[in-house]
Amino acid sequence: MTAPVSMLVSFYATPRLTPSFWPVVMRNLLVWKKLAGPSVLGNIAEPLITLVAFGYGVGSLIGQIDGMPYIQYLASGSIAVSAALAATFEALYSAYSRMAVQKTWDSILNAPVALDDIVFAEMLWAAIKALFSCAAILVVIFLLGISRAPMMLLALPVLGLAGVTFASLGLVFNAVAKGYDFFTYYFTLVITPMTFLSGVYFPITQMPHWLQVVAEVLPLKAAVDLVRPLVLGTWPVDPLRPFLILTAYAACGYYLALVLTRRRFFG
Amino acid sequence: MLAPLLRIAHLTKKFGNSTVVDDLSLEIMAGECLGVIGPNGAGKTTTIRVCLGLTGPDAGEIEAFGLPVPAQVREAKKRIGVVTQFDSLDPDFNCAENLRVYGAYFGLPRATIEARVPKLLEFAALQSKAGAKPGELSGGMKRRLSLGRALINDPDLLILDEPTTGLDPQARHLMWERLQNLLHQGKAILLTTHFMDEAERLCDRLIVLDHGRKIAEGTPRGLIAAHLETDVVEVYGEGAAAAGRAHVALAERVETSGETVFFYLRNAKPLLDALADDHSVRYLHRPANLEDLFLKLTGRQIRDDA
Repeated sequence: MTAPVSMLVSFYATPRLTPSFWPVVMRNLLVWKKLAGPSVLGNIAEPLITLVAFGYGVGSLIGQIDGMPYIQYLASGSIAVSAALAATFEALYSAYSRMAVQKTWDSILNAPVALDDIVFAEMLWAAIKALFSCAAILVVIFLLGISRAPMMLLALPVLGLAGVTFASLGLVFNAVAKGYDFFTYYFTLVITPMTFLSGVYFPITQMPHWLQVVAEVLPLKAAVDLVRPLVLGTWPVDPLRPFLILTAYAACGYYLALVLTRRRFFG
Repeated sequence: MLAPLLRIAHLTKKFGNSTVVDDLSLEIMAGECLGVIGPNGAGKTTTIRVCLGLTGPDAGEIEAFGLPVPAQVREAKKRIGVVTQFDSLDPDFNCAENLRVYGAYFGLPRATIEARVPKLLEFAALQSKAGAKPGELSGGMKRRLSLGRALINDPDLLILDEPTTGLDPQARHLMWERLQNLLHQGKAILLTTHFMDEAERLCDRLIVLDHGRKIAEGTPRGLIAAHLETDVVEVYGEGAAAAGRAHVALAERVETSGETVFFYLRNAKPLLDALADDHSVRYLHRPANLEDLFLKLTGRQIRDDA
């Protein structure tokens, strides 16, 4: 450890936010707008194909799950996966490109914008991108007639929160990454198993009991528990618990991401 | 009494056990160009990073525009423009967008940015490239766009870290012309460079840095006069080594680097007369320059990290 004077801010200081984060969000939005056409098309085509293929294909073999047609079960669960994936991708690959490859963060830091602002902007932007994806999927769900409940619009803020959660968790891994390869582990060892444990494609009651206990504290499971009823037009039975789980992951993840990113830049 | 725009007092910065900047003090006044020269690893870039609050000092004080760094560096950065050693232009944006987006980071009003963008494109000689992305630009164009970007906030102090490294002579001369233009406008510049002709041409004052320590400071001419003989005769060719031994008494100092023998002296005539009949050598007589000074002060050996 060096003398305390070398510490720009303590790595563990609470997040310091200023309005300077906003131009960084706008920068990312501007880049996205340039590619918006293909991006929106992909956002709509991908769920459309998946829902039609699996929902109707596999669904015709399965019949009902939890008292609903399989396609409803699948669509209302996989939208939460899409939020998680979109935010994770942005917080890992895209943010890493800007941070370590293009040196965009370095050039922003030469302007009067602090690292805390940049990390917050990246987190917020990844969540916004997740919302874009989810909005497109809701359109598909509506058009296919899987749900026509006006209440599904209430799923959007929850999906935004899920975006914040998964963006924050992604930024933790971004902060310690030495290259893109590292992110493969995160997807293979964390995200993919989580999707199978969160009752997206099948109910977790099929699982051994101990796995069900684990699943109950996963952020994706919490998101699915909130989003599924809302998309299908009913209120979640016990909303507080999953909401607190999502929020706790978001808060802890964001703080940890910030501490690790400060260490990466100033350590 | 004018206050300096940037004041560094007794700055020390360590990475682990190695001291990268060692008790460095310097000041830059308004409108002045201060050059920091030194071999690779001398601590030039680290000094700049400390001044920008990107890494904390282990000891010492820094003030930019009277504001303490790093405590109030964000306020100070509103009046500073930075060109880093490696281009960090936004590859997704064209030239005009690069300037606009960067202006937004300073919180500048849109109208101010829009008014400045065409002027900066013109300054960077990139009017015809406004819609081109950095990937389509030459090295010189990218550097000029980086310089233009650093001017978006109309800074009073420019910090330029090796702004012409890697450029061809034409691009370098164009860059020098632009920097001179900025000095005429009254902007202050802190410049690090490896090019002694660049330092001699642009800088009012120079600091020579080696192993993180300031080993000399002064005007380019003053430094040469203080540390060097007036003239240099470079001798090369197959008989150079023998000539070096034979005429050692005719010079104040003789140095050998590879195949070339350098005679440092104040009166070159006796040596030139002696060499005139020696057909085994070729030679060049020239005034002593900053490169001679640099090599005298920092040595001829290649640095480990060079």
